[in-house]
Amino acid sequence: MAAGPVAQRILQGDRRALARLISDVEEGREEAREVLRELYPRTGKAPVVGISGPLGVGKSSLINQLIQQLRTAGKKVGVIAVDPSSPFSGGAVLGDRIRIERDPDDPGVFFRSMASRGHAGGLSQSTRDAVRLLEAFGMDVVLVETVGSGQVDVEIHDIATTRVVVVVPHLGDEVQTLKAGLFEIADVFVVNKCELPGADLAARDLKELATLAVPRDGWVPRVVLTSTVERKGIGELWSAVREHESAVHEGGGSSEVLRERAEREVRGLLQEKVEQLLQEELLEDPAWARLLDRLMDKEVDPYTAADRAFQELKRRL
Amino acid sequence: MPEGKGRKSPGAKVRPIRVLIAKPGLDGHDRGAKVVARALRDAGMEVIYAGLRQTPEDIVAAAMEEDVDIIGLSILSGAHNVLVPRVLELLKERRAIDVQVFAGGIIPDEDAARLRKLGVKAIFGPGASLETIIQTARDLAAKRVARV
Ligand SMILES: Nc1nc2c(ncn2[C@@H]2O[C@H](COP(=O)(O)OP(=O)(O)OP(=O)(O)O)[C@@H](O)[C@H]2O)c(=O)[nH]1
Ligand SMILES: [Mg+2]
Repeated sequence: MAAGPVAQRILQGDRRALARLISDVEEGREEAREVLRELYPRTGKAPVVGISGPLGVGKSSLINQLIQQLRTAGKKVGVIAVDPSSPFSGGAVLGDRIRIERDPDDPGVFFRSMASRGHAGGLSQSTRDAVRLLEAFGMDVVLVETVGSGQVDVEIHDIATTRVVVVVPHLGDEVQTLKAGLFEIADVFVVNKCELPGADLAARDLKELATLAVPRDGWVPRVVLTSTVERKGIGELWSAVREHESAVHEGGGSSEVLRERAEREVRGLLQEKVEQLLQEELLEDPAWARLLDRLMDKEVDPYTAADRAFQELKRRL
Repeated sequence: MPEGKGRKSPGAKVRPIRVLIAKPGLDGHDRGAKVVARALRDAGMEVIYAGLRQTPEDIVAAAMEEDVDIIGLSILSGAHNVLVPRVLELLKERRAIDVQVFAGGIIPDEDAARLRKLGVKAIFGPGASLETIIQTARDLAAKRVARV
């Protein structure tokens, strides 16, 4: 597909156009989808690295040092930092930028903060779309920060090609809860703040658990120790990410990780359309209100009501 | 309806007002800035908190990347006569004059008048109420000119 004017501006490295298009994506604008369609062929090659973990473990500090490491190697870096919106006001304080020390005039870095805006599924799609825009813009690597185990706000799994989960020594109960589903959610574990006591023990624990993981694309989770205060382990972290990326991309179209991710995206988009169909064909019809009335009067049970509505939907298709 | 802007597609979500709160200059604490950040969040806005010791270049780069409607500058150091005009100048250079700027802190009246003339839309002294700041932010976001 030929690139329209907005897509052109992205390809030409117009930062303002990129920033605004990310806003459009967050707002779910139809025009943004068109641009994404045009840019899609330019995406899918950059490593997309999810950095998740509990509050305050050092995710942003690690991203800061990864940016420095990658810039030194001449790689351009896009970052998306997702934080939850307040369920009460819908607002958010997005503070991940505080940790980032960089040259503000360096065109090789683009950092964007995103609030979850209370749509779990929709957030995955807008984050994924923002990642694509960063890549089409020319970023060689995209880092995505999310709070939680990676399953709380964004399904990081839906977005990242490599999932890094960060913990710290003596996380106590949090590690225990993490451990339950830990190996479905991480390709690389980081024990950050490793200058603190207990780091080796935590790493040994994780390594032992890693041997129990079912390999995906032939990959067994890695454990890396880092300290951003002592600037230790960042090189090792990046090597582990790169090795995982090779494992994923080696398989090409047969990569389990990539195929699963692709399927989840299309299913999500399809569900969006089905929901819209439901809205337009059934829920806006006066017959729907009448059906609810009959349900309230106990003339019909909810199972039968759903069956009838479904039959009606099929009839209309 | 100050929060909404422009055309929407079916299923589109309303965009909250986005505000960058930054503290240029070298003085040390950011208690006031944090209080304002939280108040704006509680009023439904997305606040990008950039923290202490930001240069005007840092602030404008962040405002562009984050596509904010408003920049709020918190200043105590007395360096406002240099830092605030520089932020405005950089916004002009990047053709981003639609981004609205307000400032808070200890700013003498004659300086405040000068900054207003340069394009700062509102200035809050230490006694300004949070309600006033919130309402001003809403008004400024509504005024932000349509996208170019
Ligand atoms: N001792 C020690 N402290 C660290 C290290 N890395 C980060 N910190 C500190 O941990 C705190 C949180 O760091 P962030 O990088 O903001 O952590 P985060 O995980 O991004 O935090 P949230 O985004 O709020 O969840 C800060 O005070 C950092 O200075 C480390 O290696 N050692
Ligand atoms: Mg963070």
